Amino acid sequence: MQVNKKVLSGNEAIAHAAWVAGVRVASAYPGTPSTEILENVANFKDDIYCEWAVNEKVGMEVVIGASFAGARSLTAMKHVGLNVALDPLMTFAYVGANGGVVIISADDPGMHSSQNEQDNRYLAKFAKVPMLEPADSQECYDMTQTALDLSEELRTPVIVRTTTRISHSSGIVDLGDFKRREPTELKYAKDIERRVPVPMFARKMRLALEEKQQEFARRAENSPYQRIERGDDRIGIITSGIAYQYAREAFPEASILKLGMTFPIPRQLISDFALSVGKLYIIEEGEPYLEEQILAMGIKITQPKTNLRIGELNPNRLEALAAEIAGQPAPKVAHQMDGLPARPPVLCPGCSHRGVFYALNRLKATVTGDIGCYSLGAFPPLSAMDTIVCMGASVGNAHGMRKAGHEGRVAAVIGDSTFFHSGITGLLNVVYNQGTSTTIVLDNRTTAMTGHQDHPGTGRTLMGAQTVETKVEDVAAGLGVKRVRVIDPYDLEETYNVLKEELDTPEASVVVSKMACVLGAKIKVTRQYTIPADACKGCGMCLKIGCPAIEVGDPDPNNPKLKKARINPVLCVGCGMCAQLCKFGAIVEAVI
Amino acid sequence: MTDTLNISLVGVGGQGTLLASEILCRVALLSGRDVKKSEVHGMAQRGGSVVSQVRMGEKVHSPLIGIGETDVLIAFEKLEALRHAHFLKPNGLAMVNDQEIRPVTVSSGQAQWPDDLDGKLKSTFAKLEVIPALNIARGLGNVRIVNVVMIGALSNHLDIPEDTWRQAITSLVKPQFLDSNLRAFDAGRAVCCRVGL
Repeated sequence: MQVNKKVLSGNEAIAHAAWVAGVRVASAYPGTPSTEILENVANFKDDIYCEWAVNEKVGMEVVIGASFAGARSLTAMKHVGLNVALDPLMTFAYVGANGGVVIISADDPGMHSSQNEQDNRYLAKFAKVPMLEPADSQECYDMTQTALDLSEELRTPVIVRTTTRISHSSGIVDLGDFKRREPTELKYAKDIERRVPVPMFARKMRLALEEKQQEFARRAENSPYQRIERGDDRIGIITSGIAYQYAREAFPEASILKLGMTFPIPRQLISDFALSVGKLYIIEEGEPYLEEQILAMGIKITQPKTNLRIGELNPNRLEALAAEIAGQPAPKVAHQMDGLPARPPVLCPGCSHRGVFYALNRLKATVTGDIGCYSLGAFPPLSAMDTIVCMGASVGNAHGMRKAGHEGRVAAVIGDSTFFHSGITGLLNVVYNQGTSTTIVLDNRTTAMTGHQDHPGTGRTLMGAQTVETKVEDVAAGLGVKRVRVIDPYDLEETYNVLKEELDTPEASVVVSKMACVLGAKIKVTRQYTIPADACKGCGMCLKIGCPAIEVGDPDPNNPKLKKARINPVLCVGCGMCAQLCKFGAIVEAVI
Repeated sequence: MTDTLNISLVGVGGQGTLLASEILCRVALLSGRDVKKSEVHGMAQRGGSVVSQVRMGEKVHSPLIGIGETDVLIAFEKLEALRHAHFLKPNGLAMVNDQEIRPVTVSSGQAQWPDDLDGKLKSTFAKLEVIPALNIARGLGNVRIVNVVMIGALSNHLDIPEDTWRQAITSLVKPQFLDSNLRAFDAGRAVCCRVGL
């Protein structure tokens, strides 16, 4: 066989595997760190129908439908996405697959780009579906194919669970012959006893699911992905996923049982391994998922003092553990230099969200927020977001605060993609229940946070086709919202006036702030602003919108208290919001 | 894992650290080494600090480099060099692009830009190369190729044939930008190296 090696991220490897394994349908909603899976599946769009689903639940339902019809299919989502898709998954486990289904759950330990740190391995156990846990890109490639084979053979969805360091790390992948396998065609055959879980059938399915568990357990015992690396048996380590990589380097001499299939866990293999080693350690990232189950088997585990819970594991944490086990003092880890100015992520220069947040700040509104770039509006100087819970929560949260009698102005702020994902049902609830809250949709014409994916409002599909462009304002009107306004957020006065009016009117309302994301639209800058020498009075008014293009200059030599503002021409995109703020007319269009 | 070379690339979102680390991966692959690369996408890209790490050698397990385990720190910006100084081994090499980008905390007046940044760099790093990559890139008429200038400078320190580097760049850069990227590589490679690795 010709050697066919590429450097691929875990996500890219999964997409390649989907093509090789003959996947015909893929559906997902973007979410870090899973997004690039579907983006890369789209490179195989001649063979794989792929789409951005409006949310993870729908994505899951689409692949279940594809499975019913006999196709192999894939859905992918970030960890919290599986919460949204859990409803169909739980019952799909009962109903079972026809064509193979792989569900990629990409967890985010350390919360690089997430609001919580849930360990989705528990969800595989909860749903009673097999789970594979790759430890590098090669295993992403291999296990995704195995998952589809297993799914079809055992008639169950299979979860492949990655983490940020698996999805976003790259490594060498041997792609083998890299030929697409055309799976045997599975026809749909009507069978209501298998696919209609009304109680009389569901009870039988429940028993069948239990029977399947025994077969899953046999597979787990014999899976080629459960591997013992025999070394010095005085120390034995059971580990999985990325934790294996750190453990292998921190304990080069130890015996390691590396688990690749972690639901169900291979009980016999674990028992035998535990008996073969001296002290047994469990090294896992996140919650004590393996540990709890192994302890429940009555196996003695050595519990180190070094804390491996909470946050991401890394080589330094494992070195600390290795030092503790060797009876040595903890290695000193150098610290970041003190006193350096922070460089936090910020809303981009010209970001259209800025106009809305500036107005909400002036209105002293209580703002329930949502998931997206605009969560950065919580920070000074805009300071115009009070809460964030999950996708779509802003709308229900604002309604709830109102109904609880919260005084003062209340607004929900949600992005366009998030609105389509799960804001619509919340808004319908407001209308139906005679709510009075205002929902502000920051419609920047893209899914910006995850890297500018299309959605129902953009008029384009993942495969590049032109399609219906659903308008947020039409949806709101269709749901029965009487007060729907569309504003240009670059016009600060209009934005303020409209928001004030809507927040002060005791009636449900929707304000659509419509302006394309400057980063996503790749707009050619045709206009810029500047502050001519001596024009600035140093009042600091323009700094209140927190634009990274506006800088505070050095103190005036004649008046050390005076620090004039200047505009960085590399960053300015000419939105003109700062010019509207300057009471002295000092900010003017530049000649470019 | 003494034979593993650990390279950390740090900079500001948008400076091209991702392409630079991809070139390193390709070079490793072409020269028959094992390689792993780690980076984080998402929120950090909005003008924040970005870190990408590449490890190459006989066999690489962890994609992450431990604090204090980096052999070469490639900093695309001076403040980021200081911020990630603790990544380096005590005798590690810092290669720093001679460029300053003020974070919003400074430009908005909430924090102070450090005094005597150049002096701090000299006193922090035992082995320091300041590469005028921004000026070189400007001279070549494209500030976006700073990253490849830095790669060119790095290539002096690695025992990998020049041709392999050029091959890696050729395989990753779009044809219309290839010529300027190869010139950036040459210019970076021509930067006189003051310290060996």
